[in-house]
Amino acid sequence: MNSAAFVVIAILTLAAAVAAATLQKLMHAALCFAVAFVGVAAFFFLLGAEFVGLVLVFVYIGAVAVLIVFTILLTRRDLEKDRSFNWSGVVIAIAVFGGLLWAICKTQMLSSSAPQIQPLTVKHIGAVLMTDYVWPLQCVGLLLTAALIGALVLVMEEKNSKSYRVE
Amino acid sequence: MIPTLQIFLIVSATLFCIGLLAALSRRHAIFILIGIEMMLAAANLNFIAFWRFGPQSQQPIGVMIAIFSIAIAAAEAAVGLAMVIAVYRHYRTTNVDQLDQLKG
Repeated sequence: MNSAAFVVIAILTLAAAVAAATLQKLMHAALCFAVAFVGVAAFFFLLGAEFVGLVLVFVYIGAVAVLIVFTILLTRRDLEKDRSFNWSGVVIAIAVFGGLLWAICKTQMLSSSAPQIQPLTVKHIGAVLMTDYVWPLQCVGLLLTAALIGALVLVMEEKNSKSYRVE
Repeated sequence: MIPTLQIFLIVSATLFCIGLLAALSRRHAIFILIGIEMMLAAANLNFIAFWRFGPQSQQPIGVMIAIFSIAIAAAEAAVGLAMVIAVYRHYRTTNVDQLDQLKG
């Protein structure tokens, strides 16, 4: 595992994530979100899970980021810029980070280097998915169908419904 | 410096906390969804890192959990964004602080 590549990917991912969390313009934040997910997918490649990295790129950058951009465009009249910022969230996030960091640093046996493994092939993943994980696969298929129908029902045009404007 | 499991966990904890920050401190509904997606990605990174550094078994359990988690996150994002659009259509706002109709 290459350490230089690791450092570059870590800096890219975390910088893009911070930008996505703090930028005021929604569209810039959505594009930084996509860059952050490129970084996470690169981590997956570095860890030897190429298939999951590709799935992440397809699902997040191909679908979720585009969905977010569409939603921003559809709700654009509302607020182009999001200026409000709740500083108590920063305190909570830093406290959680401190707790996690303490737990990680206290745990033993985390500093061993990666063992040698035989590469994980898509064939193996497909075989496992179709044999041992077939019930979870069916459940995920059902869940995705339900989510598809639910999303459609949610955004369906309501006939003669009053629009309440929040003052 | 060879990347160890500890460093991957620290990076993933940082990503989780950035997502938590976005979900807690921004008042725009889309930012909250972006934060939740980032937290899910951090959890996936943990699964893959533990799979890579842990004892090898016949089944790639960490990879499988990550794949299912990505599928569930995609379903969650679709429904969440549909809800944002429905709320915007109804109330003409996506600021979650103004959605206080149920407040007593």
